[in-house]
This record gives sequence, structure tokens and C-alpha cells, in this order.
Amino acid sequence: MTLSADVRVACGPLTVDLDLEVADGEVLAVLGPNGAGKSTLLRVVAGLLPPDGGRVAVGAEVWDDVAAGVHVPAHGRRLGMVFQDHLLFPHLSVTDNVAFGLRTRGTRTSDARRAAAAWLARVGIADLGDRRPGRLSGGQAQRAALARALVGEPAVLLLDEPLSALDARTRLTVRAELRRHLAEYAGSTVLVTHDPIDAMALADRVVVVEEGRVVQAGTPADVSRHPRTDYVARLVGLALLPGTGEGTTVRLDGGGRVAVAEETAGPVFVAVRPGSVALYPARPAGSPRNVWPARLVSATPHGSTVRCELDGEVPLVADVTEAAYAELGLAPGAAVWAAVKASEVAVYDR
Amino acid sequence: MSRSREPGVPVPLLVPAVLAVAFLVLPLVGLVVRAPWGELWPQLTSPAVGEALRLSLVSATAATALSLVLGVPLAWVLARSRARGRSVLRALVTVPLVLPPVVGGVALFLVLGRQGIVGRWLDQAFDVTIPFTTTAVVIAETFVAMPFLVISVEGALRAADARFEDAAATLGADRWTTFRRVTLPLVAPGVAAGAVLCWARALGEFGATITFAGNFPGTTQTMPLAVYLALQQDPETAIVLSLVLLVVSVATLLLLRDRWLTRGVR
Repeated sequence: MTLSADVRVACGPLTVDLDLEVADGEVLAVLGPNGAGKSTLLRVVAGLLPPDGGRVAVGAEVWDDVAAGVHVPAHGRRLGMVFQDHLLFPHLSVTDNVAFGLRTRGTRTSDARRAAAAWLARVGIADLGDRRPGRLSGGQAQRAALARALVGEPAVLLLDEPLSALDARTRLTVRAELRRHLAEYAGSTVLVTHDPIDAMALADRVVVVEEGRVVQAGTPADVSRHPRTDYVARLVGLALLPGTGEGTTVRLDGGGRVAVAEETAGPVFVAVRPGSVALYPARPAGSPRNVWPARLVSATPHGSTVRCELDGEVPLVADVTEAAYAELGLAPGAAVWAAVKASEVAVYDR
Repeated sequence: MSRSREPGVPVPLLVPAVLAVAFLVLPLVGLVVRAPWGELWPQLTSPAVGEALRLSLVSATAATALSLVLGVPLAWVLARSRARGRSVLRALVTVPLVLPPVVGGVALFLVLGRQGIVGRWLDQAFDVTIPFTTTAVVIAETFVAMPFLVISVEGALRAADARFEDAAATLGADRWTTFRRVTLPLVAPGVAAGAVLCWARALGEFGATITFAGNFPGTTQTMPLAVYLALQQDPETAIVLSLVLLVVSVATLLLLRDRWLTRGVR
């Protein structure tokens, strides 16, 4: 069964207007900045918020059809939802939390508990069933929340920032586990996140949402390789520069020219990965055709590299090693030369 | 506190504060000092005291039960529903909090008395008369005490995270199931605190009770009424009765602090 959601709903000053389809077994990531309307979309699909217009259906089951006056309340929809801060009921044991959905749908207590225990084993916390949620770590709680959402074999799984409340190390493990569970899950999944890594790692398809509208859709690889907006580019670490293609050079809208490997014409985007930008204290001699004077605006360490934000004719982001950063004697405000090989510049049509 | 404060209390604050403590505590000390400790036991076990105490406990408990049955749903409506006119409703609910109880008694009498709007119908249709019965005591106490419960539970409901109710809905729970299995357990400390407050208020009820239910030993004469009556005839009995109410009040306060209030704040 395919989830199709064509949703229009006012959310404060914002109008969310999204049209999505998610096939069986498919994971769709809705990626966007905070306040883009992602969670509002999820609340509408869940039935917690009636839309102002549109239609939500799973296969032949219509959950919302504003024109026809149909609105199935949340408790009548076969779905599971995982919230950012798990929202496990604090007064129930972990097992009873997982069994909750089965109990409300009429399963006998003992059967519901047995099914809950099986799911707790599946998510790797079989021995924590008797605990109260308050005594779980963040990762354990999120695993229990996933078990609670999936135990009823829902047609649709909704994940609202499921990893963002976790610390970096836990996020890594839980993300990998989540990926495995999503691969086994037969229904449609909608994952809402502001973290591109979650989207890239978990989703079959990514929809980028800004201000309530889809600005880009495609496979994760497609979106990261060809970001369409500044936001997407920044997310995936690319400098995204609009310009006009003129053969093997692109005249940038913001001024300056970039040499590229392929011939292009008309409005294009130029994307430069931070790793392919080299910095020099003086104008380098030799092969690179793209050399610009720049000023270092800020420098942020990222692991063993330092991400340098550059201002100048062509605004760029450069990742340099800490050693190189020290060797160049860089500091914010310093004047540098930035060089990029033409073959390292990605160009795609706007 | 990261900033250390100057030690000591300024005299303009200290003097009134000490006076306030004395003002609040001295009468209670007086009560304890003047108590006829030697005759305490015979007094306590006398049938008149026992009867008044039993009636007080029974009627305050019944009033609390009635307040729970009616007041918790009302608090839910005030806190959760999007019905219009909720602020008006809340204002109406809180009126008995500020209304002189005796006025409440008069109002109840006018509605439920034999000549009252509802009372006449009850009398004619069912041959039921409410005023000057134990039922009247319970009704008067509920009228005065229920707002305490409603306000307390509404506050707890507002403080509780409503997203737990969203989570319950996505797990197939309709609103009634959600209320029973999620909302109510979450606000249980608030409900308990409200019930204790409500019970204490009902136990001390005087004005509405004497107006609407009268002062008949055994049926409507609760402890506060007995205290008032005894003070005019037998002050020693009045002191003993007061002492009993004081003990019950302090016990209530301790119960509230240790069992529920601290847990409720969390």
C-alpha cells in the first residue's frame, strides 16, 4: 500500500503545502531546517492535526479528504510514531509501554505483553522490560519507542527527529540499528529530520522542505551531489554558487568566474566541496585555473580538519588539515588565496 | 545560588515577620495549653463528640468523592477542550472559592429547599426532601470544597505534557481511553493533592452547612457546628473538639507535604 499525502495546512505564519507519495517498504526522508513545517506534516499524517485542504490515504483507506469531509482521528489510523524525546509513558513499565497499542486495540494483556517482550528483544533491550522509562538511557528509550511504534504492525511509520535527542556516539549505533529495522519493515516510512546524515543514511528518497514547500526531491546521492538551494548545499557542506554557463567557464551571479571541466550553457549551479578547496598564503603558480583572493571569515575545527569560511569575490568553504592551518599561520581576518581544480567543480543546470 | 547574600534579615522585615508568626501560632498554642488534658479521654469518647466526628468524617469523605467524580471531568474540560466560553466557565467555577459560605448555603436552600426550583420538583415527584439531612451536609460541603479540587487538577493537567496524549492517540487510544490510561495516571499527584485540600475544606465547612442543613445532632451537626454550639454551653468540650480538628488538619498537611506535594513537584 502506498501512502499518499497531499497536505495544505496553516502553521502560524507559514502555509505548509506538500504532496508526497511513499511506497510500501520505502523510506522517505523529509529534510529541512527547524520551522520548515516538517513536524506539522507529520502531525497531519498522524491525524493529530486536521489539514485545511488535501487528502491523505494509505492504499484504498482514506484518512483525510477535506473536500469529502473525511477525517479519521489519530486513534483510527494504523500507524506508529516515534517522537524526538520518545514520549514513553512515565507511569508504565517499558513492557507495558510497548504493549499499550496492542491493549488499546483489544489484544489480551498476556498476549500483548508477550508480543511486547518479543519486540524488546528485537531492538536489543529484552532485559529492560520491567524498568520505568525514567531509568533508561536516551538510546534505550528510543529503542523502546521504536518497538512501541512497530509492535502493532502499522501500515505507516512516522519518525519525528528520532535521533536528534541522542548524543553523538549513541546516535551512531541507534542510526545503524534503525536502518536495519527500516529495511525489515514492510510499510511506508516517513522520516522527518534536520540532519542530512540521518536522511542520507536511512532514506531511499529525500524531500527537502523549506518554508512549507518542497524545494528538492531525489535520492540521497542525487540531493547531496546536486543541491538546489543554499540550505541543502550548506547542509551537505558544499558551497553552492548560481551562475551562467559559458562553455567551460561559469560566470557567477555574484561576480567572478569559475573554470569547469564540462561545457555548460545557461543558468547553472556550481558546487564546490570544502575538501577540494586548497589555501595558499600567496598566489600559487602552476596548474589550478581557479584562483581567487579571499579573506578568512571564520574557522571551526571538525575532527582533524578545520572548516574555513572564506569571503571574497567567490564565497567558499574550505576544509584544511589542522597542520596546514597552523603552517599557513591562518587566523580569522587573514588574507589567503583559494584554489580549486576545474575537475573538482561540479556543475548542474538550475 | 551562585551569589552569596548578606546574612541576616533587615529589622523592618524581621519585626512584622515575627509578629505574623506569633499571630498565626499563638492561638493554636493557647488551644493546646487550655485543653483539659485530664478529662480528654472521657470527653473524646462521649457519644456527642463521637457522633459529630463520625458525621464530619463521613460527610467530608462523601463530599470529596462527589467532587472527584464531578470535578475531575470538569477540570479536564477546562484544561483540554477547545470549547468557547471556557474562561467564563472557569470564573463561574471559582465563585464558590470567594463567596461567603453562608451565601452559598442560602443559594442552595433557594434551589434545593422544599419551595426551591429543583427542590419542589424533587419533593413532588420523588417525595425527596434535601434540606436538614445528611445529604444536605454533603451537598453544602461539595459546593464549597469542589472548586479547590477543580483548580488543583486543572493546574496539574495544564502542567502535564499533552504530547503524551498525542502518543497515546497514535497507539490507537481514543480520548476516553487516553484519559483513563495516560492522563489520569500522569496527573494523579495533582488529583491526590486536590482531593486532600478538598477534604480538609469540607471538614471545616460551617457557614453553608448550618444555613442549608441546619444543626441537628446525629444528622447534620458536624464538628465545626458542634464546636460553635459547645462554646456557648460547655467551653471545655469546645476546646476538645477544636483540638481534634487541629490534629486532623495538621495530619492532612503532613500527608499533603510528604506523600503528594513533593512527589507532584518532582
